[in-house]
Amino acid sequence: MHVLCMYRGRQRPHPPFVQSGPLIMHLVAENLTVQRGGRAVLDGVSLRVAGGEALLLLGANGAGKTTLLRTLAGLIRPLSGRVRIDGAVAEQSVGEQCHFVGHTNAIKPSLTTAENIEFWGAYLGSVEPERAPDAKPDPALDWALERLGLGDLRDVPAGYLSAGQKRRLGLARLLVARRPIWLLDEPTVSLDAASVALFAGIVAEHLAGGGIVVAATHVPLGLTGAHELRLGARTVTV
Amino acid sequence: MRPFVALLVRDLRLAVRDGGALGTALGFNLIVVALLPMGLGPDLGLLSRIAPGVLWIGLLLSALLSLPRLFEADFEDGSLEVLATGPLPLELMVVAKSLVHWITTGLPLVLLVPVVGLLLNLDFAALPILMTTLLLGTPAVSFLGSIGAALTLGSRRGGLLIALLVLPLYVPTLIFGVSTISAVVLATGGVIAPLMVLAAISLVAIVIGPVAAAAALRAQMG
Repeated sequence: MHVLCMYRGRQRPHPPFVQSGPLIMHLVAENLTVQRGGRAVLDGVSLRVAGGEALLLLGANGAGKTTLLRTLAGLIRPLSGRVRIDGAVAEQSVGEQCHFVGHTNAIKPSLTTAENIEFWGAYLGSVEPERAPDAKPDPALDWALERLGLGDLRDVPAGYLSAGQKRRLGLARLLVARRPIWLLDEPTVSLDAASVALFAGIVAEHLAGGGIVVAATHVPLGLTGAHELRLGARTVTV
Repeated sequence: MRPFVALLVRDLRLAVRDGGALGTALGFNLIVVALLPMGLGPDLGLLSRIAPGVLWIGLLLSALLSLPRLFEADFEDGSLEVLATGPLPLELMVVAKSLVHWITTGLPLVLLVPVVGLLLNLDFAALPILMTTLLLGTPAVSFLGSIGAALTLGSRRGGLLIALLVLPLYVPTLIFGVSTISAVVLATGGVIAPLMVLAAISLVAIVIGPVAAAAALRAQMG
């Protein structure tokens, strides 16, 4: 069965992510080969990350860090090889269990801070399953905004936020929709030192809860004991 | 269902907040239709005869204007990639967006027809059947248009390309829309048959459009 078929997912609310039981989740990629513009950017890359572990992607510009993250998220179909999750909800595709944070923030300037993140929570599957229409505001939403220091800005249109605040708003969707695997592509771009520390804390909590983080970053995220995967060299296995 | 509704509500809200698209489409439609009597001269009989066809063509051209923006904003700010990792199949994502395009562009254009029809000395006996064909036919405009919007995503001059790709697909809708009206006004034949074909074209578009557009979007992102 080919698991990297991200669009076949059934529509069901995501259960809150809790690593339970003796079965430990693993994100596994086998022998990934990806071509971009006629050039093999990834050539036989394999990796295996267990729940609670972080994997740092290293490599010079153009080494294929972004390509690997996008392939893991299912946005790029690899030429050969496959991505799968061991010990996860079988009926969900890999993409549906991943948060993909790319270079862009995926926020709408004309929606307010709260509306932006409320939408992603509802679309990607919020922590809160269903709530009565009058039971506003959503506590998970408020919590996520407070956590990222955006509490005072909840009714400000996102177009008026600074670059760093926009980035934090983009990262807030990690908190309103629980997903076990976080694929982070330079998540700390335009964040100040305090915000980087804040985000490092959020990542550490996710790992402590049994989550998986695969990140391409030049900033130390305080991921002590993280595995490293150096791209650019051929056939690297972790 | 929850993600679908969330996307629908967000896009409707964005359409209201950002404005622009609707005003442009309505204004363009008004100008195209207003130019025609000036070009053809004040022959009321002629204008009245060609009014249904002109109104149909004006509507098709106006609806084209906002098509390039269908996926563009989400493509540029990275939302499309996040939408693709959502629980909703990409096809249903396209359905939601096409539906929003129909609600915010197709529907207002249809509602404007009685007003711009005055400029063409539209026979008001033909108005009910004209409105019916427009309402039945315009979903095809939005859903087939999504294919063009997805194919031209990220390309410069995408707007012109969309017109070339999509306008030929509107030919069946136009033919059966106008022939339904002639059947009523000129009493040349049965009304039900062309009306049913028109509805069938829209239903086919609602099925084929999202599948084709989703395939194009996957290729664009990959």
